[in-house]
Amino acid sequence: MFKFILRRIALVIPTFIGVTLLAFALIHLIPGDPVENLSGERGMEPARRARLLHEFGLDKPLYAQYFDYMKQLLHGDLGTSLTTHEPVFREFLTLFPATVELSFFALLMAVCLGLPGGILAALKRNTVADYAVMGASLTGYSMPIFWWALLLILLFSVQLGWTPVAGRIAVQFDVPATTGFMLIDALRSGDPGAFKSALSHLVLPSIVLGTIPLAVIARMTRSSMLEVLREDYVRTARAKGLSPARVVMVHALRNALIPVITVIGLQVGLLMGGAILTETIFSWPGVGNWLVHGVQSRDYPVVQGGILLVATIVISVNLIVDLLYGVINPRIRHA
Amino acid sequence: MRIPKPALPLRIIALSLLTVAAASAVTAHAAGTVVYCSEGSPEGFQPQFFTTGTTFDAVSVPMFNRLVEFETGTTNIIPALAESWTVSPDAKSVTFKLRKNVKFHSNAQFKPTRDFNADDVLFSWTRMADESNPFHKLTVGQTFAYYDDMGMKNIVDKVEKLDDYTVRFDLKRPEAPFLADMAMDFASILSKEYFEAMQKKGTPGLADDVPIGTGPFEFVSYQKDATIRFKAFDQYWGGRPKFDTLVYSITRDATARYAKLKTGECNVMAFPKPADLAEMRTDPNINVLQKEGLNIGYIAFNVEKKPFDNKLVRQAMNYATDKDAILKAVYQGNGQVAKNPIPPILWSYNNKVKDYPYDPAKARELLAKAGYPNGFEVDFWYLPVTRPYNPDGKRMAEMLQADWAKVGVKVKLVTYEWAEYRKRAKAGEDTMMQFGWSGDNGDPDNFFMPNLGCDAVKGGGNVARWCNKEFEDLVVKAAQTPKQADRAALYEKAQLVFKEEAPWITIAHSVRFDPQRKEIKNYKMDATAHHYFDKVEVAK
Repeated sequence: MFKFILRRIALVIPTFIGVTLLAFALIHLIPGDPVENLSGERGMEPARRARLLHEFGLDKPLYAQYFDYMKQLLHGDLGTSLTTHEPVFREFLTLFPATVELSFFALLMAVCLGLPGGILAALKRNTVADYAVMGASLTGYSMPIFWWALLLILLFSVQLGWTPVAGRIAVQFDVPATTGFMLIDALRSGDPGAFKSALSHLVLPSIVLGTIPLAVIARMTRSSMLEVLREDYVRTARAKGLSPARVVMVHALRNALIPVITVIGLQVGLLMGGAILTETIFSWPGVGNWLVHGVQSRDYPVVQGGILLVATIVISVNLIVDLLYGVINPRIRHA
Repeated sequence: MRIPKPALPLRIIALSLLTVAAASAVTAHAAGTVVYCSEGSPEGFQPQFFTTGTTFDAVSVPMFNRLVEFETGTTNIIPALAESWTVSPDAKSVTFKLRKNVKFHSNAQFKPTRDFNADDVLFSWTRMADESNPFHKLTVGQTFAYYDDMGMKNIVDKVEKLDDYTVRFDLKRPEAPFLADMAMDFASILSKEYFEAMQKKGTPGLADDVPIGTGPFEFVSYQKDATIRFKAFDQYWGGRPKFDTLVYSITRDATARYAKLKTGECNVMAFPKPADLAEMRTDPNINVLQKEGLNIGYIAFNVEKKPFDNKLVRQAMNYATDKDAILKAVYQGNGQVAKNPIPPILWSYNNKVKDYPYDPAKARELLAKAGYPNGFEVDFWYLPVTRPYNPDGKRMAEMLQADWAKVGVKVKLVTYEWAEYRKRAKAGEDTMMQFGWSGDNGDPDNFFMPNLGCDAVKGGGNVARWCNKEFEDLVVKAAQTPKQADRAALYEKAQLVFKEEAPWITIAHSVRFDPQRKEIKNYKMDATAHHYFDKVEVAK
């Protein structure tokens, strides 16, 4: 087992290096530079431009900039934002709880609706219910996030007035950000209105961000259930005269869930990707929104550091899933 | 001396204390609240460091004052922290008489013990100008970008305190636009006492992070990328605002901003999408205010390249352009045809200048005279993004392509990513391109020099790379002439030279819009595209 853990961790190192290289290359491939971004339509004296390029370290060859960046990283320094001049890690820590909160509720919704939906579709295979669930999940999977978000805002916020349009809490509540998790902070403030407001602000972004994972989970649950329902032990359970509910919920579902849980783990990466668009349209002050602005302003340290931190989280979750698999299934450890 | 920022925990504690202290004030007066849906987050809370309108809107506009300011809605310079000023006959020095009984804000860390005086003016200026000032490099990595960009080092020689309420700026050369420069955001006045107090406490960086100014609103809290909260400053020298709380709700997406305005989640919104304006106007709860913009959208010819090194060709292209059609189709009527490089809202606008009418026959005649009877082929760069002075670069380019084809000029439409577009243009890689300008201040010099001055060829802002001695002499002389009427006469002449030489096709001055809900009263649109709320009232 120890060797297995070491092997898995060793595999993570080249992945990290790959991520740093990719993030560095991608942001430098985008035309323009942070100095040009500062000047807008205004011209800039060549001497001042040269001085700023030097200050930002952008006058060196690309490989030298990359090695400087790696050296800085190995010292635990992700750099400083070129626009706000705040350390990248501090900005990330301020914004990350908002992304975690949104992702958690999106995943919760995806699991709570995706699992029963998938089970229903499997049990009622080739019926209207099956077609409805699978049709809806295919639609959800194919829907562009931006468009889906706008539709929901127009219907539920503008037309019906049921949910707020954007943000994390109504402006009349000035809840101090002690934990960064708005629901917890609102609870701690002791104002029930603040908690209610924070909860209502989570509804639409969670639906939008959770739609694709929901579709994936529903489809995976259905196919996994169908496979398990054909197994001999399920037939045996039925033959023993167990109630259909017990056969499905205890004998079939527990086994069908194994691949589904893997898929749920993999959704973390998907959620982080989806958060970029969802946060932008819902003015959700999280990491996705921050990264988009970083790209627009060519804030190299923010984009490089942000991508690296998000990748670290995704890699860590996958590593944990891998290791847990090794614990559950010894055959994987020896593979 | 480089003074380090305080440790993170200290700064967080300080900010949290401020936030907690302010929270009660906000909730207690929630009825008198104005919510402004802004388009982005400020880069920081120090007006000397940054250059974007978004930051100025959130920092210098609500919380700071300048010695002089622009009257809201116009480009007239009015007294602010200076009650009056005198310009020496040689226009080389300006003496400001400062306002008395002006209070600074306070916060949990700082309670001012004195009113604003000449020391604050000296401190604010020397901090930017003097590299040996201990506060010059207080915040590591920050530069005084606007001060540098405006070339203030070459303009101001020294600043002297004559007494507690009199300050004199000695200039290196006569510089008439200096007063307008002083009304700009970067020239906001800071509290010397606050910076020194924070330095004594060992938290000098806090003075740049948590703003203390003399403006109509005091800083309460900032939640990154979400909200900025202010409260009305009871002791504001200009009179306390008529509502208690101002909240900037940061909403980057224009569609979401509009939805929030519709549902009443915000009272005023920034930068609506032109496509939404028609629907907004039909909403009984929304007022759409509009104001002619301090801007110009134009087509620049690179006069260093053939065939545009020939004046006749440039004039021909002007004759071949149907501006009225562009105004209707591209600006959807929200603007006015431009004939000068400055908008009519600016003093010295020469209304006697005759624009080139749309006349393809005349254009063909001039092209033939210039040696191009069959026209020519050329690349034409169009804007890849919407800008305040040009809502749809591609549509405009297609219309121009059709116009010019009628006189035999075949253009290939080319564009680049926006930052790359500017970079290449400033390097002179284009032959003919769309560009534009939004004024920083209300002085005509701010249009002429950055876009058409000879120095701006080197800096890249003069994308036509047009350096004309007659024009240059006129605008330089105007900048050194103290009396506005004399300056106006020089600028009017310069506009005639510009029109004759035709380095641009001046297309349009666009209109700006500030949609707001009906309950907002007394909101006045600003000429320089800032958003001022100090005179606003909220109807109950």
